[in-house]
Amino acid sequence: MAVVEVRNLVKDYDSGKVRAVDGVDLATKEGEYLVLLGPSGCGKTTLLRTIAGLEHPTEGDVVIDERIVTSLPPRARKIAMVFQSYALYPHKTVHANIVFPLRAAKMAADERERKASWAAELLGINHLMNRKPRQLSGGERQRVALARALVRDPQVFLLDEPLSNLDAKLRATARDELKRFQQEVGTTTIYVTHDQVEAMGLGDRIVVLSHGKVRQIGKPVDVYDDPADTFVATFIGSPPMNLVGRGDELVGFRPEHLLPATAVRGEAHTVKLNVERMEYLSGDRHIYGTVTGIGEPTRVIARLPATVTDPIATGMEYDFAVSRERLRYFDAATGLRTESSES
Amino acid sequence: MRQRLADREGTLAWLFLMPSVVYILALVGLPFILAVGFSLSDVTTADPSFDFVGLRNFDAVFDDPVFWRSLGNTFMFTGISMILIVIFGKILANILVADFKGKWVIRFLVLLPWTTPVTLGAIAWLWLLDSIFSPIDWVLRQLGLLGEPGSLFGGQSNMYWLGEPGLAMASVIAVHVWRLTPLAAVIMMAGLVAIPRDMQEAAVVDGAGYWRRMFEVTIPLTLPVIAVSALFGAIFTFTDMAVVDVLTNGGPNNATQVLTSWAFFRGIDGGDVGQGAAVALFLFPLLLAAAIAILRAVRKLEVR
Repeated sequence: MAVVEVRNLVKDYDSGKVRAVDGVDLATKEGEYLVLLGPSGCGKTTLLRTIAGLEHPTEGDVVIDERIVTSLPPRARKIAMVFQSYALYPHKTVHANIVFPLRAAKMAADERERKASWAAELLGINHLMNRKPRQLSGGERQRVALARALVRDPQVFLLDEPLSNLDAKLRATARDELKRFQQEVGTTTIYVTHDQVEAMGLGDRIVVLSHGKVRQIGKPVDVYDDPADTFVATFIGSPPMNLVGRGDELVGFRPEHLLPATAVRGEAHTVKLNVERMEYLSGDRHIYGTVTGIGEPTRVIARLPATVTDPIATGMEYDFAVSRERLRYFDAATGLRTESSES
Repeated sequence: MRQRLADREGTLAWLFLMPSVVYILALVGLPFILAVGFSLSDVTTADPSFDFVGLRNFDAVFDDPVFWRSLGNTFMFTGISMILIVIFGKILANILVADFKGKWVIRFLVLLPWTTPVTLGAIAWLWLLDSIFSPIDWVLRQLGLLGEPGSLFGGQSNMYWLGEPGLAMASVIAVHVWRLTPLAAVIMMAGLVAIPRDMQEAAVVDGAGYWRRMFEVTIPLTLPVIAVSALFGAIFTFTDMAVVDVLTNGGPNNATQVLTSWAFFRGIDGGDVGQGAAVALFLFPLLLAAAIAILRAVRKLEVR
């Protein structure tokens, strides 16, 4: 277990023309599951690869376990990485794949076997040891890749979108397995994904990145309920947070908090919603309409859970409301979170 | 609507295949049958009338020590060239895939020997290896390795590259390696480029050093491609007679004679078409085996 820290990390490509990582500062906690989340091209994979030592930062330092490792090669960093493709060696058996890093570390043969069978036991792949990677299913490949990462007793696991090659159904179980696996071994893990569901489900904390910069670091609930800016507010959540312009600020509220006025208790801000379109998705009703009475008329989405049964028809106007404590305010110019100018 | 020619796939297939079928039949099939026929006949350039003589030509060829010498040389040249071509090609391929400034210039220069016609290349080498004016000898003399008593390569003023049997054989092999290494390098480069970057990086993160990555990841993954380039090298060396013909003419004293050159000297220069054909036919089973091996390697490449 160890703490991974990056200090003012900058990574340029094409001699300064492209800045992939732009002054990132962050630190994990011991044994933490930290998720780097962002749209494609936000620099999250570059950041991970820099931590792994596969890329050299233009500026800044990578610190693992209080040791600056910026100039060290990957093998000296005591990290293990699982790639998006799993990168299993296709010509080697599962067993040979797992012991490969141990042979590279010149570990004695009996110790090697002990480690390999321990890892295989933990991941339930004992029966696959003599197969070749192409004879395995996607989920089995992931487990082999994890076993290969695990045997080295790394201080840190780096995972680069390991679930994106799996089909949707398998992804849910594989996600669950990943989480349990990490809790079992308790190793600090940095996980890269563009999928917010994965991030919310797996992460102890989430780092939201955009254009090479950290937008917010926080627990899933904080990132979701208290986004630091409009990027986080609209990137996380599906459908995203509604933003309504009002003077030089934006008022934000989650679709599930925009409900028929009768369903909102406590102090609430009432609005009118002109319903234009409706979708019925896994028990929820998604209602697309134009909201008035909270700021400029804006197209928004309301998500009504199955427990709210008020009849709604398209083309009609209804009284809706948002609980006051659910309203969030952002500066219209910078997009940053502010306190409300009026209440 | 009327069916157009472009809609009739069966007819089109034949139409498109026809040129290559005609080509193969006229320039490969027919000569091959002719060669088999000649090898069983007493046709000579002086008397082209066809008389069947059974296996007499083969008996004569087997009794000829030069034939056995040529057969042995062919195998030796091919074997040694193939090994060297693969080793140098592999090294060159690794250099070519590396990212550095001006690499297209280097790639271009590396490919030149392959694009040069064999004969021109061989003539250039003939000058380089000239018995008196060889620039290689000149360099050796300047370096003090040749021409003075006690020098590494002896006290004589020239090496006589093409005059000494051992050196002549080495020279022939060197020219083959020189002209075929670029081809092998380019084939292997394609294989190297096809290795997923993840795979290399996984090995780096797993702590494997350069040589372990080379022998445990890169080479196993490119083995089918290496096999293809080795076989191409072998076939081109095996079937070539221009290098031997230009450099040594088979000499000195048949020391560099190979099947192709011997078949030519016997059949065309010597005029005994029957014997020439018999010698040339020995290339066939070996080339067939090489072709099958290539096709197998390619198939293995596809299933991976």
